Amino acid sequence: MNVLIPTPLHSYTGRKHVLGSGATLRAVLEDLDRQFPGIRFRMIDEQDRMRPHIRFFVGGHQVYDLEQPLSATDDLRILQALSGG
Amino acid sequence: MARSTGRGGQGGRGARRAARTTVLVATRKGAWLFHGDPQRRSWRADGPHFLGHIVSHLVLDPRDGRTLLAAAKTGHLGPTVFRSTDRGRTWKEAARPPAFAKAADGTGRAVDHTFWLTPAHANEPRVWYAGTSPQGLFRSEDSGASWEPFSMINDDPQYREWMGSVQDGTPDGPKLHSIIVDPRDPKHLYFGMSGGGVHETRDGGKTFRPLVKGMEVVEGFDAGSVTFHDPHCVRMCPTNPDRLYQQNHCGIYRLDRPSDTWVRVGRAMPKTAGDIGFPMVVHPRDQDRAWVFPMDGTTVWPRTSPDGRPAVYETRNAGRSFKRLDAGMPRKQAWWTVKRQAMAGDTRDPVGLYFGTTSGELWASRDEGRKWACVARHLPEIYAVETAAFA
Repeated sequence: MNVLIPTPLHSYTGRKHVLGSGATLRAVLEDLDRQFPGIRFRMIDEQDRMRPHIRFFVGGHQVYDLEQPLSATDDLRILQALSGG
Repeated sequence: MARSTGRGGQGGRGARRAARTTVLVATRKGAWLFHGDPQRRSWRADGPHFLGHIVSHLVLDPRDGRTLLAAAKTGHLGPTVFRSTDRGRTWKEAARPPAFAKAADGTGRAVDHTFWLTPAHANEPRVWYAGTSPQGLFRSEDSGASWEPFSMINDDPQYREWMGSVQDGTPDGPKLHSIIVDPRDPKHLYFGMSGGGVHETRDGGKTFRPLVKGMEVVEGFDAGSVTFHDPHCVRMCPTNPDRLYQQNHCGIYRLDRPSDTWVRVGRAMPKTAGDIGFPMVVHPRDQDRAWVFPMDGTTVWPRTSPDGRPAVYETRNAGRSFKRLDAGMPRKQAWWTVKRQAMAGDTRDPVGLYFGTTSGELWASRDEGRKWACVARHLPEIYAVETAAFA
């Protein structure tokens, strides 16, 4: 599936659009981490919780669960909800 | 031999041969390296590195004089550690940054940021220790590429009680800091927690015990409870590992082992300055000399230079008396705050002293504090200052 990467994570991917694969959000993020080592931990903590200000959208709807089923035709958009100064 | 300050060092002839000093500055928005000329009169700024990252600590490995580690995160991404072996020209991220063990019930803690980095004993050349927020202790055995939880404290119920909750720590999270390695014994370590006291192991981390006797706590609370103790910065004397100094939330202390009772030497500070502050620096060759940067701990605790007149204070007699050193600093209306990692000394003769303010100014003295000059201003909020002598 197509994955949109927010600019703070372009240092890992080198581009804003990448391809990821997996049947769940968890699996896609693990696939991204295989391609771009270290990227998952910047978004998901060691207790498997989404970090504050990191948001995941599939088909325009926010996803809160790492076990959310995904299909190969879905578009995954990762957002860093910037706040503060 | 190259070394960074802030832990036991070698001093002596080898250190005095070091021709150049680099000051490593970690800020809320990135890191800078200030390379000094041989006389330490002019400084060349190299940076920013990691612009936009919150860099809590930047440290050179004194054992090889080339490995730099930076503890970093952004305001929104998870924490990591970067490593460079070419003076910061290129950086590589840790494959496994410090992270707590995963709890099966989902209630486990997550590292918000790595706060403190300490190279281990000279006989363990690739080993480093890291302290985190919330309080955790971690160890790397591959020069910072991968990190594992270290010792029993991270998940020990008693230590978890002493650590308290996020609400018990500093505004940007409770810290584990001041990790100190005894140069005579790699299994003998100290660390401090804000809050949670000073702790010691003599068996390489199998067991730790509190070392808080003699330390005071905020009025109305029980000094017998480890939870209430808030050491801000603990330093070991390079020339005498049996002597520790400490700047605490409640005063300045000295400890001479084997005693386990801290002595509040800050009582000797002038009343106008008080003995509240964050950083502390010890002379690399004289166990009786140390420097502090007092801040206002009255009323609502502004923690700025008392009366808006900043100064470093020096003791030359192990805390029996202190002398004000402010030549070159503003005489009025300078409301500086200097954080606990933001003051350091080099090992040259005379010793160079350096501190960074939360208002983004870097100050230096190349004559052990007699005269001060501003090296840089307009930097982001300075979190940490260390010195380095690259190989």
